[in-house]
Amino acid sequence: MSAGTGAVSMHGNKLRDNLLTALLLGPAAAWLVVFLVLPFIAIAVFSVGERAPEGGYQAAFTLAQYANLPARATAFWNTMMLAPMGALACLLVAYPVAYYLALQAPQRWRLILLALVVIPFWTSLLMRTYAWMYVLGGRGIPALLAYVGFEDIRLINTPGAVLLGIVYGYLPLMILPIYVSLERLDRRLLEASADLGATPLSTFLGVTLKLSLPGVMTGFSLVMILLLGEYLIPTLLGGGKVFFIGNALVDLFLQSRNWPFGSAIAITLVLVSVVVLIAANRISTQVSGARRVDLI
Amino acid sequence: MRAFVIAVFAFLYLPIALVVLFSFNAGHHASELTGFSVQWYGKALANPFLVEALKNSLFIATTSASLAALCGTAAALGLARVSVRTRAVFDALLGAAIVVPGVVIGISTLVALVQLFAVVNPFLASIWPYDQPPRLSLGYGSIIAAHGLFSMALVTMIVGTRLGSLDRNLVEASSDLYATPLTTFRSIVLPQIMPAVVAGYLLAFTFSFDDFIVAFFVAGAQTTLPIYVFASIRRGVTPEINAIATIVLVASVLLVVLAQWQLRQRKPSN
Repeated sequence: MSAGTGAVSMHGNKLRDNLLTALLLGPAAAWLVVFLVLPFIAIAVFSVGERAPEGGYQAAFTLAQYANLPARATAFWNTMMLAPMGALACLLVAYPVAYYLALQAPQRWRLILLALVVIPFWTSLLMRTYAWMYVLGGRGIPALLAYVGFEDIRLINTPGAVLLGIVYGYLPLMILPIYVSLERLDRRLLEASADLGATPLSTFLGVTLKLSLPGVMTGFSLVMILLLGEYLIPTLLGGGKVFFIGNALVDLFLQSRNWPFGSAIAITLVLVSVVVLIAANRISTQVSGARRVDLI
Repeated sequence: MRAFVIAVFAFLYLPIALVVLFSFNAGHHASELTGFSVQWYGKALANPFLVEALKNSLFIATTSASLAALCGTAAALGLARVSVRTRAVFDALLGAAIVVPGVVIGISTLVALVQLFAVVNPFLASIWPYDQPPRLSLGYGSIIAAHGLFSMALVTMIVGTRLGSLDRNLVEASSDLYATPLTTFRSIVLPQIMPAVVAGYLLAFTFSFDDFIVAFFVAGAQTTLPIYVFASIRRGVTPEINAIATIVLVASVLLVVLAQWQLRQRKPSN
C-alpha cells in the first residue's frame, strides 16, 4: 500500500521534484560552465588568434600559433623526457611499497602506514619542494660533503635534482592506486598459482602484476598528466636551467604576454593529457580486462 | 622489502623533519647548530607582508571551502536523482576539474576573466550614475572561484561515494513510517553523509591554503601565503622561511589527519 501511495505522490510532485533537482545541481553546473567550460573555450579561441602588437590578443583564424610550437621545443623536449621518466621512477619506488602495504604489512599497521603515505600529498607541494631545496642547496648536503673532503659537489639546479623532486612530490599519488588494486586482489589466486607449480616470479608476473595493472596505469597516467603542467619543481630545483612546459606558460602569460601562443601550448598540453589517459585505459583494459581504478 | 619500505618512509619524512628542526635553530645556517630558539617564528610573525598574505590565504581558503562544501554536497544529492546520461556528463566535467593540471586551470581562468572584465567594466561605467564606477578585477573573487572549482568537484565525489553506500533500507523504513522527505533527509541522510562533507571541507581548505600555481595566475594584485613564500624563496633561503614552512606543514597535516579520521567514521556518533 505504501508503495502505491508513494508512486501516486511521486507522479503528483513531479514538477516539484524536477525543481528540487535543478536547485541542487544548479550552482555546481553554473560553476563548471563558467570556470571550466567557458575558460577552456576561451583559450581554444585564443589559440587560433594572433598576438596584438602591444601584447594580448587580436581576433583571427590562423594555425600560426600551432606552427610556432617548435619555438618552445626545449620546454617540450624536457617535459616529454622528464615526465615519463619521473612517472617511471615513481612507479619503481611505489610498487614495492604498495605491495608491502597491501599484502605483507601487519593488519593493524596497514591503515596507519597508508595514512602516512597519503598525508604528505595533501601538504603544500611548495613547502615540500622547498625542503629539498634546503637539503640539496649549498648549505645542505654539499656542505656536509665538503666537510668530509668532497669539495664543489653541485646537487641543486641539475636535472637529477628535478627528477628527485618529482619522485618526492608525486610518490603518494602513485602508491595509492596501486595499493587499492593490490588490496582487492583475490589471494586464493596466488595460492592456486603456487599450487599449480608456478615459481614465485612467474606468479608475480602472471597474476599479481597483471591484476594490479589498472592501479599502475591509473597512477602512471595521473602522475604523468600532473607532471606535464609542473612548474614549481623545475623552477625551484632546476634553477631556470631545466625548463618545463609549465615554465614556458608562466613566461608567455605573465612576462612576455603572448597569450595566443601560450593558449596554443596549453591546448596542446591538454590534448597530450587526453592521449595519455586513453592509452593508459586501453592498456589496462587489454591486459587485465579491468578499467582504471577510481581513487575516491 | 621491509628495509626498502622503511627507507622510502624516511625519504618521505626526513626533508620535512630537517626543515622543522632548523626552524628552531638559533644560528643562521645548518652549519651553526647553536641551540634552540623560536626567534625565527617571532621574526616571521613580525613581518607585516607575511601576516597580510597569511590572512588573505585563510580568508580565501575558508570561503572557497565553504562554497565548495555547500555546492558540492548539493550536487552529490542532485546527481542521485538524475538520468544516467546527465550523470555521465557531470562526472566527466567533475573529473576534468580534478585532473586538468593547475597551470591550465590558472591560465584559462585568467584569459576568460580578463575578456569578461573587458566587456563588463565599460558597461558598468556607462550605466553608473556617479563618478567612480565599480570595476571588476582579479583578486579574492577570482582565486576563490578557481580554487572552488577543484574543491567542489572533490566534495561532490567524496559525498557521492558516501551516498552510494548509504543504507537504502533506512530511507525506505523512514518514509514507510510516514516521515516527510525533509525529516528523512535531516534525520537519516544528513547524519550519514556528514563525515564525508566535513572531510571534503577540510581537504578543500587544505588544497586552497596550499595552492600556488592557480593563484599565481589569477591573484591579480593580491598575495597569498604560497605566492609570498615563493617570491621570498627566489630571493634567497632564510631561516624565517623554515618557520613559515613548519607552521604551514603542521597545519596541513593536522587538517588532513582530521579529514582521514572523519572519512573512517562509519556511523554518526550519536
